[in-house]
Amino acid sequence: MHEGALYEVEDRGGEGARLVLSGPYLVSTIGAVDQDLRGIERELAVIDLSGVSEIDTVGAWIASSLAARHGAQITGASERAQRLLKAVGQLGEGAEIRPERVPVYLRFPSEVGAIVRELGSGFVGIVGFLGQILVAALGIVRHPSRFRGRALVRQMELVGVSSLPIIGLMSFLIGIVIAQQGAVQLAQFGAETLTINLVGRITLRELGVLMTAIMVAGRSGSAFAAQLGTMKLTEEVDAMRTIGISPIEALVIPRILAAVVMMPLLGFFASCIAIVGGAVIGDLMLGIPFFTFLSRIQEVVPLYDLYVGLAKAPVFGLIVALTGCYQGLQVQGNSEQVGLKTTKAVVQAIFMVIVLDAFFAVFFTEIGWG
Amino acid sequence: MGMSEDESEREARGLGRYERFRGDHPIVVEGLVNRFGEQTIHEDLSLTVNRGEILGVVGGSGTGKSVLMRSIIGLQTPDAGDIEVFGRSITDAEPDENLGLRNRWGVLFQGGALFSTLTVGENVEVPLKQFYPEIEPDLLHEIARYKVVLSGLPEDAVSKYPSELSGGMRKRAGLARALALDPELLFLDEPTAGLDPIGAAKFDRLTRELQQTLGLTVFLITHDLDTLYEICDRVAVLADRRVIAVGTIPELLETDHPWIDEYFNGPRGRAARDSKQRQSDAETMDNPPPGGA
Ligand SMILES: Nc1ncnc2c1ncn2[C@@H]1O[C@H](COP(=O)(O)OP(=O)(O)O)[C@@H](O)[C@H]1O
Ligand SMILES: [Mg+2]
Repeated sequence: MHEGALYEVEDRGGEGARLVLSGPYLVSTIGAVDQDLRGIERELAVIDLSGVSEIDTVGAWIASSLAARHGAQITGASERAQRLLKAVGQLGEGAEIRPERVPVYLRFPSEVGAIVRELGSGFVGIVGFLGQILVAALGIVRHPSRFRGRALVRQMELVGVSSLPIIGLMSFLIGIVIAQQGAVQLAQFGAETLTINLVGRITLRELGVLMTAIMVAGRSGSAFAAQLGTMKLTEEVDAMRTIGISPIEALVIPRILAAVVMMPLLGFFASCIAIVGGAVIGDLMLGIPFFTFLSRIQEVVPLYDLYVGLAKAPVFGLIVALTGCYQGLQVQGNSEQVGLKTTKAVVQAIFMVIVLDAFFAVFFTEIGWG
Repeated sequence: MGMSEDESEREARGLGRYERFRGDHPIVVEGLVNRFGEQTIHEDLSLTVNRGEILGVVGGSGTGKSVLMRSIIGLQTPDAGDIEVFGRSITDAEPDENLGLRNRWGVLFQGGALFSTLTVGENVEVPLKQFYPEIEPDLLHEIARYKVVLSGLPEDAVSKYPSELSGGMRKRAGLARALALDPELLFLDEPTAGLDPIGAAKFDRLTRELQQTLGLTVFLITHDLDTLYEICDRVAVLADRRVIAVGTIPELLETDHPWIDEYFNGPRGRAARDSKQRQSDAETMDNPPPGGA
């Protein structure tokens, strides 16, 4: 038959009470009596363990800490109980298991401060990182044999080729949405044919590259951060350094080059597919034949729109790869950091891409490529 | 005997019995076969562990010592054979199945496997909270603290994160977590690998002390010849996909398997034996008077 842990306090006249424990005193049974035992107010003189059927270190700990608190004597301990009582001993004033949490009214301002400071130091850090990369790149220019061609090709495949399907699908749908929504609005002025201008210009100039950059940030920027972060945790990065391989040369430069090279290609691809999507809607909704739509694009879209898009793409690629690699290499200590830094890499990359895109828009209009 | 309500609740939570195991052999492995694709790791492997002993398990790298341990604790479903732990067959169990046994053994993995986002103290509390949610935080913290101290770490190590510890301290923290539930059976996978000789010797002594005080049965995978000589009651040798011999070291030396011979009679084997010999000589000899001879 199974019983839980039991206890009884016996009065012994003037001598102080006697606590009799019985049943199993194990980690599995202690939960039921622990709080009661702690709550005993009476002065205990003796703790009797002779009725205890099974005991482990948790039971021994309870008995020994009770004895210490009441200044009581332990009697009736079996041989095993005596050994355990000796082993668990006494603890000093213990350190906190979870580091102290600061109260909310202090934590909130200090966290805001930390975020602001991090914004500053993060910016400085990224600029410094860019400097390191430029120095390493110069080194590679001087010793071209150190260039990692194979890694570059591999990364170009991962960043570029394998993202073609998803970027193609996304762009096709965007082309459809722009054409369809544009046509509905423009029809109010009887200007449905301007849908062609709308689709052609907005995708080549803005959306093709911007949406691609966001997709690459989510797909490859995050992969860079998670990969480098894990390598940092498993000390692979340190191992490379000790062998004399610069992680910047071996890991960062191929990824950044791959992103810088692939982004314009992906952006151009995305724009083209979006135009195809628009042409499909033109054919179905507006009665503009598919190939007429495509050839009209040539006439209504100025060539500099293409240049604008293609000029922005490598910069966006640089930003995405740079933040991904930078955040990855910031990982320290534990696995949670990999997740945090990966999130940060994606959020920062997208944010910076959108801010820069706004600057580019103003800049290109000002120089007459409006 | 019908099942009381209390008992069925315990079973639902995956808890074992109150009583300690009283049989002679807490682990019995028979005819174990493990394969990874084409590669056969174990073929008809049998091994019996006695209650209350420290069983050393040796074998070359990659002979499947870790895989054997993973099979016994139900993390690896064998291709054939039968494994009984505490008299209960676990051969057909899934890795996450509620075995009613998992609170009765503790495991120190080869790499430590501490949860990196938790402090050492919280690491020790994880199994306690998992199995005994009724334990109040006060007691939980106290248990974590004395387990950490019991494992030979300073008390303030409870608030440290694994990344702040040295390799040896991480092993001890792993041991503290393995001991969290006061198990009867302790699995140690190469606990002294990567420790300096002094740290390794201390860890050996700690293992021995804990085994005696807590009445543990220890399944100890090791490459460390000193560990084998110092603390193992018996040694099982893994080679040719089987356990080729089990016994005390003198018994093993009498078999004439080439691997065993090379292992124990190679230069390192001899050095370990000599040091053990010198030590026991010194213990039996009276101390000579200072400045004598
Ligand atoms: N999950 C796995 N998949 C494939 N092979 C494995 C796996 N785990 C272990 N092995 C192989 O099993 C063999 C034994 O491994 P292990 O038990 O870790 O060796 P050791 O005796 O050094 O602990 C090795 O050859 C290893 O390659
Ligand atoms: Mg192993």
